[in-house]
Amino acid sequence: MQKPVIATASLAGCFGCHMSLLDIDERILDLIELVDFNKSPINDIKEFTAECDIGLIEGGCCLDENVHVLREFRNHCRILISMGECAIMGGLPAMRNGISVRECLEEAYLNGPSVRNYNEGKVLPNDEELPVLLNRVYPCHEVVKMDYFLPGCPPDAELLWQALTALIHNKEMDLPYEVFKFD
Amino acid sequence: MAELSSFTIDGLKCMAREGTSIIDAARQNSRYIPTLCNLEGVPPKGACRICSVRVNGKLMTACTTKLSPGMEIENDTSELNDLRKAIIEMLFVEGNHFCPSCEKSGECELQALAYRYKMEVPRYPYFFPKRPIDASHPRIVKDHNRCILCKRCVRAVKDEKGRSIFAFLDRGFETRIYVDPDLAGQLTEERARKAVEVCPVGAIMPRDEAFKTPIGQRMYDKKPIGSDV
Repeated sequence: MQKPVIATASLAGCFGCHMSLLDIDERILDLIELVDFNKSPINDIKEFTAECDIGLIEGGCCLDENVHVLREFRNHCRILISMGECAIMGGLPAMRNGISVRECLEEAYLNGPSVRNYNEGKVLPNDEELPVLLNRVYPCHEVVKMDYFLPGCPPDAELLWQALTALIHNKEMDLPYEVFKFD
Repeated sequence: MAELSSFTIDGLKCMAREGTSIIDAARQNSRYIPTLCNLEGVPPKGACRICSVRVNGKLMTACTTKLSPGMEIENDTSELNDLRKAIIEMLFVEGNHFCPSCEKSGECELQALAYRYKMEVPRYPYFFPKRPIDASHPRIVKDHNRCILCKRCVRAVKDEKGRSIFAFLDRGFETRIYVDPDLAGQLTEERARKAVEVCPVGAIMPRDEAFKTPIGQRMYDKKPIGSDV
């Protein structure tokens, strides 16, 4: 039988959830026995080369590019999982949701104390190569259908391990209280 | 002293004095009914509806309903627990509850209830309302993003003359807690601490301290809320 294939992505996240995945320690060796990795920052595969069984998504959608990647994952992954608070509810990036995009950009590039005296041309980055900020940060499940949700900031390594092995072995997920946290 | 009356919770025979609230009667019989807006020593309000139980088939809030003999109470049923979970989810989407950056995380009753009922993601869309933080008072900070309008501060915190420091302002979705600037300015350290303690979430926080307890040692890190019942 072919091994299940996993793909991962970090959208508007900090890579903390990916770090937590590595935090399963030596069980990472068991994991690579159990699964194959496709598109993921862990192995630096940039494009999908196969259809995947499990897609792990870190981060919410803050840019048009995030939406594009998320939809691509939905198209290529049988099961899609929101990993961590940002994917689930926008997380810290969503703290900008009450503030207009223009105000955010002006603070970051024109008015903030670290840029105020250096951006002489008063330029806001607007190269067409750059992804465009969305009006607000969207949780993943408000953009595509997500199948499972693993909370935490980051989700505990144990929670990720339990969830992945349960999925791989086709068992019900056990989410122990000690590792089911929002922080 | 009222007579002991018998009643049932989820079919189990219980005994308590007539006239006690259903919450207390259940607690005396080691049955946990979740609460959020309820606070010991303060008249119940029935605001959050988390403690809803079925009394003889009818939905009632257990904090405001007094026990009478022969009551048949449904509490720990999948229907009621899902209803409670739905209320928690509504509270989460209605405000801005950023647990990862909140000083109250690990000690927050709303979060603890979400853990207890295993809220993975709210079934409702997020509102992301725009709300201010009121940091104009010398001892406390009022963060409206986290406020769930349980009215615990309004009901439990008064100054030495019995005047309210907190009050409701406006109506409907605009409702928020108003902090009297003069009275808040005169808050003693003890009363400021009490205001922080009665807030079930991180909406009233002390000015000069945060993140004192390490992760792993906070109130709800290891045991779910209600484990003491």
